Amino acid sequence: MKPASFEYHRPTTLEEAVKALAEYAPQDGRILSGGQSLVPTMALRMAKPAHLIDINGVRELADIKVTEDALIIGAGVRHAAFHKPVVDGALGQLLSFVVRHIAHYPIRQRGTFCGSLAHADPSSEWCLVSATLDAEITATSVRGARSIAVTELIEWAMSTTLAEDEILTSVRLPLLPENTRFGFYEFSRRAGDYALAMSLVTYELADGVIAAPRVGIGGVEGVPRRIAEAEEVLLGQKPSPDLFRAAAEAVANAADPMSDLQASANYRRDLARTVVRRALERSLP
Amino acid sequence: MAFIGRSVPRLEDRPLVTGKGRFAADVSFPHQLHMRVVRSPQAHGRILAIGTSAALGLPGVVAVWTAGDVSDIPPIDFRMTKIEGLEPYRQHILATDHVRYVGEPVAVVFAEDPYIAEDAADLVEVGIEELPVITAADGPVGIFAGTASTEPAQVRKGYGDVEAAFKSATHVVELDLSTGRHSAVPMETRGALGRYDASKDVLEMYGAAKVPHWNRDQVARMLKRSPSQVHFYEGHVGGGFGVRGELYPEDVLVCAAALRLGRPVKWIEDRREHLIAANHSRQQRHKIRAAIDATGKIIGIENEFFHDQGAYVRTHAATVPDLSAAMVLGPYHVPHYRTLGHIRLTNKTPCGTYRAPGRFETTFVRERLMDAIAARVGITPVEARRRNLIGKDEMPFERPIDALGTHVVYDSGDYAGLLDKSLRKVGWDELQMSIEARRAAGELVGAGIGMFVEKSGLGPYDGVKIAVDVGGKVEVITGAASVGQGVETVIAQICADTLGVDYTAVRVVHGQTDRIDNGMGAFASRVTAMTGEATRIAALKVKAKALDMAADLMQAAAADLEIVDGRVTAASGAKASIALGDVARHLLPVSRTRGEREPGLSAEGWFFSDHMNYPYGVHVAVVRIDAETGDVAIEKYLVAYDVGRAINPMLVEGQIVGGFAQGLGGAMFEELSYDERGEPLSVTFADYLIPTAHEVPSIDVLVTEDAPSPLNHLGVKGAGEGGTNAVGAAIAAAIDDALGLPGAVTQLPITPDRVKQMVVRRADFAASGIVQKPLS
Repeated sequence: MKPASFEYHRPTTLEEAVKALAEYAPQDGRILSGGQSLVPTMALRMAKPAHLIDINGVRELADIKVTEDALIIGAGVRHAAFHKPVVDGALGQLLSFVVRHIAHYPIRQRGTFCGSLAHADPSSEWCLVSATLDAEITATSVRGARSIAVTELIEWAMSTTLAEDEILTSVRLPLLPENTRFGFYEFSRRAGDYALAMSLVTYELADGVIAAPRVGIGGVEGVPRRIAEAEEVLLGQKPSPDLFRAAAEAVANAADPMSDLQASANYRRDLARTVVRRALERSLP
Repeated sequence: MAFIGRSVPRLEDRPLVTGKGRFAADVSFPHQLHMRVVRSPQAHGRILAIGTSAALGLPGVVAVWTAGDVSDIPPIDFRMTKIEGLEPYRQHILATDHVRYVGEPVAVVFAEDPYIAEDAADLVEVGIEELPVITAADGPVGIFAGTASTEPAQVRKGYGDVEAAFKSATHVVELDLSTGRHSAVPMETRGALGRYDASKDVLEMYGAAKVPHWNRDQVARMLKRSPSQVHFYEGHVGGGFGVRGELYPEDVLVCAAALRLGRPVKWIEDRREHLIAANHSRQQRHKIRAAIDATGKIIGIENEFFHDQGAYVRTHAATVPDLSAAMVLGPYHVPHYRTLGHIRLTNKTPCGTYRAPGRFETTFVRERLMDAIAARVGITPVEARRRNLIGKDEMPFERPIDALGTHVVYDSGDYAGLLDKSLRKVGWDELQMSIEARRAAGELVGAGIGMFVEKSGLGPYDGVKIAVDVGGKVEVITGAASVGQGVETVIAQICADTLGVDYTAVRVVHGQTDRIDNGMGAFASRVTAMTGEATRIAALKVKAKALDMAADLMQAAAADLEIVDGRVTAASGAKASIALGDVARHLLPVSRTRGEREPGLSAEGWFFSDHMNYPYGVHVAVVRIDAETGDVAIEKYLVAYDVGRAINPMLVEGQIVGGFAQGLGGAMFEELSYDERGEPLSVTFADYLIPTAHEVPSIDVLVTEDAPSPLNHLGVKGAGEGGTNAVGAAIAAAIDDALGLPGAVTQLPITPDRVKQMVVRRADFAASGIVQKPLS
């Protein structure tokens, strides 16, 4: 469990960082941010990058910015930054509720939001949040910057559409309207483990009925995603146990679950139903 | 002041909690080399070629060995429970012609630093022709090598007339039960450092644990040295649990390399290696049948089981199947018994013992059987047990079978008494009422019990040397080992009380083969009973010698003197006294007052025992099931354990709580899984789930001393394994009870996925109108 040798680069500006990546990516160069996934895989020698470009010293990536309609999270922002709400309103509360489910306290001090997106683990809480809220990321390279919807970014488990010379420099989460409610529920074998299934739901409550419903599931399929069939069930209806059950059933029917050591596909389907219903129940005051 | 029976703080703790511990990885010597093991990527195959030239070409690499380089070193022998026919299945320190599990050492690299060693190991090319893989121990018998089959031996035990028992039975209850493959994962992985001291012609090995003397003897034999030319040193050990400290290929390799390369050689296991290279355990399938009468009394038991030994037979030989065959009957009357255990080789990591070996497995099996008997005759599980328990007045109770080569005689016990105490402690009757009420409200909640007899205090001997120096400090040297369980404290307490000194004045030296010639080590919950008694005997001799000397000095009769807090005083209360250190000074070789006495305030004590002793316990679990996720919450858990006499109750409780956590792992979380090609799937802590502080509930512990062992003066029985023993059994019973489906749990670990399937089955039963009433 000693990593293979690599050359270490520590740029201090984004410009230097993208230049370094452009130079070293063809020689198997990788970005090091929080390192909570990359470093263990290097220790196991499942990853042997020849170059590591450490962006922890890039000051301009370290911040969270709030604009009129969005929260912009830089690539250096740690999970722990969200322990307390980073912005007033539903989004800040949502993020601080979800963050406690990410691994363990020490890991949250190092791991980053953007790193989770770049890693694209199917059970990543931040991938679920970003997919459910239709977040966009900014990918930066020597060629310039471009925006990519998170739904376009994550191709499949552990696989993204980032070009090899692109750094995922920030993610943009839309702020949630005043009347937004949310609920999150996760089931895992042990506290801090990757979810076997989890769900994030948000909706606006206008005149007692559900508007703009979003029902996301993670850990169930290869990529976290919204389930349109469940959202249709909820749209325009009053929240009720029966309605939530119907939405959960729609998810169970629509999902195409994975099977692995910890959970069979059938079991994951059952879990998907349960986590969606429980997330919806948690959305109630 | 009495120290025995008091929860005095551990003598071991100061260095450990101040970061001054010295574990295997903390030992280093100048000019040391680092060893990295190249392991088989295939579960079964013929080695075609191993290319080492690229690795040897890497700067910093000193040597690369394959089997041909160590062909003069014999395979690792058996330490325990050797039965006929196992020799061809021993493991060589490097794979010879075939590889038989993923992780088998095929080559070793020695380099200037551990990074280079690992780089070089990656460059070793291993060409293997794949052969068919056997991953199940209960399938057809295959070929191990040549004419040797994958079933090298069977374990048969029994007595009485089993055919007649089944003929006369009113009911026959039959179960098919399995325990999952898992093992100990100590915080400290294995480590070994070999060093040849040419100035003294002594080979040294650091990182020894558990059985340093036996391992010393084996390494001496394998490397053709005399035992007195080999010293093993035990440092701090970060957990043993059966796995750590057995003699493994890596231990022999660092010693051989230190001799041949003339430099110290260090090897520290990494976690992935640990999960594929250190002993696995526990994987067994039992087909068990009980013949019972109309009242639920057992007439006979027939037990066939398949023991998955993995790819080779290691140091424990047949220990686990032997204990499985011998201990499955537990605390019950079984007039007729027959067992057939199949020892099977598979293409998976070789197996050994893990805390409560053969008992965690068979307590699950037996207690499942008791619950099934209760369900069959329509009595409560508690009543089914009561009707079959061996009585207090029947002690000592002899079973006409043997375990680990000793005759099984339950030395003492009040099984029904402890059951009563346990049920009282948890408030069993009120518990049943509250469970009833909660079920009526729709909750899936239930309670289960598991009873068991443990074994401890394995002989055949222990010897200690005690010496008091002129400063009054007492040194106890023992061949026992410490794997972190509190040996120093407990032995010091026994020595202190016997001799009449403070326990903090006693220093216990263990696991150092250059300080004492013989030692049995630490396993089978043996140390407090065996080493403790040897310590008491030696301390009595030292005391007699001190009083004899002091009698001269104080002009009193030895019989009128006593030792209190390190000073010899007159029992009459006369003020004159003499410090033990001063008595030691008078016994120095140069002393004129010594007279004809042997020099030194010191003595040896030996204790021999042909029989094990048998502690016993009860576990009670209360669980709640989340019907939707299959998640099981443990609401309450009690471990009641009779240890005969608790030298240090705090340490006994600690053993029980820690043991419970490991039992819980095996019951609900930990499983070393393989795919059909024999590829291990649980090679990191992301996939091998150890219960953490979140998952381990706080438990109730009831330590009793109702049945002291008649086999040693203090009445001590071992405390190490009772916390682990019945966790699978009790939780399985509680889950059955919560579901109202007797016999639902047939397999450990009980994962949420599996529980969810039981919940679905329950719903199917309910839909078909067959709803079984819970029987607890």
